[in-house]
Amino acid sequence: MNLSAGSAFQILQSVFVVLAAPLLMGWVNKCRAWLQNRSAPSILLPYWTLTKLFHKDAVIARNASPLFRITPYVLFGCMWLAAGIVPVLATDLPFAPAADIIALVGVFALARVFSALAAMDIGTSFGGLGARREMLIGFLAEPAMLMTLFTAAFISGSTQLTTIVDTLAHREFAIHPSLAFAAVAFLMVLLAENARIPIDNPATHLELTMVHEAMILEYSARHLALIEWAVAIKLFAYMTIGIALFLPWGIAAAGDWAALPLAIAALTLKLVLAGAGLSLLETLLAKLRLFLAPEFLSSAFLLAVLGMLTHFLTRT
Amino acid sequence: MPLTSQFVNLLAAFLLLLAFAMLSQRRILTLIHLFAWQGAALALSTAIVAYSSAQPHLYFSAALTVLVKVVLIPWVLHRLIDRLQIRWDVETLINIPTTMLIGIGLVIFAFALATPISQMASTLTRSTLGIAMASVLLSFLMMIVRRKAVPQVIGFLAMENGLFFAATSATYGMPLVVELGVALDVLVGTFIFGIFFFHIRETFDSLDIRHMEKLKED
Repeated sequence: MNLSAGSAFQILQSVFVVLAAPLLMGWVNKCRAWLQNRSAPSILLPYWTLTKLFHKDAVIARNASPLFRITPYVLFGCMWLAAGIVPVLATDLPFAPAADIIALVGVFALARVFSALAAMDIGTSFGGLGARREMLIGFLAEPAMLMTLFTAAFISGSTQLTTIVDTLAHREFAIHPSLAFAAVAFLMVLLAENARIPIDNPATHLELTMVHEAMILEYSARHLALIEWAVAIKLFAYMTIGIALFLPWGIAAAGDWAALPLAIAALTLKLVLAGAGLSLLETLLAKLRLFLAPEFLSSAFLLAVLGMLTHFLTRT
Repeated sequence: MPLTSQFVNLLAAFLLLLAFAMLSQRRILTLIHLFAWQGAALALSTAIVAYSSAQPHLYFSAALTVLVKVVLIPWVLHRLIDRLQIRWDVETLINIPTTMLIGIGLVIFAFALATPISQMASTLTRSTLGIAMASVLLSFLMMIVRRKAVPQVIGFLAMENGLFFAATSATYGMPLVVELGVALDVLVGTFIFGIFFFHIRETFDSLDIRHMEKLKED
């Protein structure tokens, strides 16, 4: 692989993720509307929302500190970086050695810390409430996420996502019970981390239940647009991490232009299915009380630990 | 590793998952469904072991498992909870996350215990012995932490599932006569437990077995 082709792939993937992430969000919303028997909004609606928000004038509270202003950019930057590291279209990207799975979880944690700080910055009660809830969910979700990733790392013998994907995609077919556990745990973490339904409802502003929305209540215009966009990219990144770990077939190697159309087609198909599955889950499940969230996430942690134990037991 | 053995491993993992799901379940109806699923996974894994090790008598025990543990016992339990009109009242002594953590400890213990045994064994399914022991211990735990009579009985039945799985994974199953006897015992046991439930409720107006402490002579 020469460097220029690798860079071209890196740029292509980064731009692709940023542009496609709102589309995934729109698809999830559309599926959810179908399943709930509502007339569905256009799949392009997230783009129109972003355009509308970018054209508005930002209103910022008088006592807001610089932290409040830079947080949207930090969030967007973190998510974009994560999307550049995860092998979405191709493995072996130039960015990939920059961070392994542990650092990737760290990037997500950095974004969480900034959003919680910014939520408390203005000093409104909703901000503090949202930040506290977010940290509660975050500190429970992170170990479960790490354990899930460790299970995959044990199977492939490396914590580099690229190596994991290469090992899992190109080995001979084998059933890994440990990966099945890890997949369920990862799904639960995905729901919790992306503020989806059993933990948080992305479509409500009800003060008793909201977590993520309470944190970004003070933002408007371009700041809000960046945050919404970052949320979409985060969902995209989590889904592609899941795909990379559990369904990696069809991914291209960096610099291999011939395999690219197939990789894009496979990724689109998987994301369409994953989005439909997510909306189905959200329709079937009821939102949990906040005090049940620790139980939900400790089950995720338990499943991930079980996956790791099973790996050691069934290894030959 | 041959594909059948991998598939048995997967089913074993599923069995362990179901044991944890039962441990964390609050509703009796779902508990019964989970028990039926456990029976189904058990029967499937027994059939696969029968196929891969060419032991035809295991097919019979797989069929017996389907008949007794997937159809008959869940049906009897359904009838029971309909008659007793209970659906929701699963109470635990310890809260559920703590129970799950204890469960993980038990799994680690069982795995550590089974590893030296399975290294000496030569059967196809030796690596599942640890999982079988873990599900027996988890069912034990479920019987200990549940306060009401019906979930305790389901825990008892789940323990029998785990023992059955241990027998298949360690020694390719027991002789058919023994298995027939055990299946019949479990079935009859369920009926007797059912009668007990009615007696307990008639005497105490509740299925909470704490009341049975009153029966002691002081």
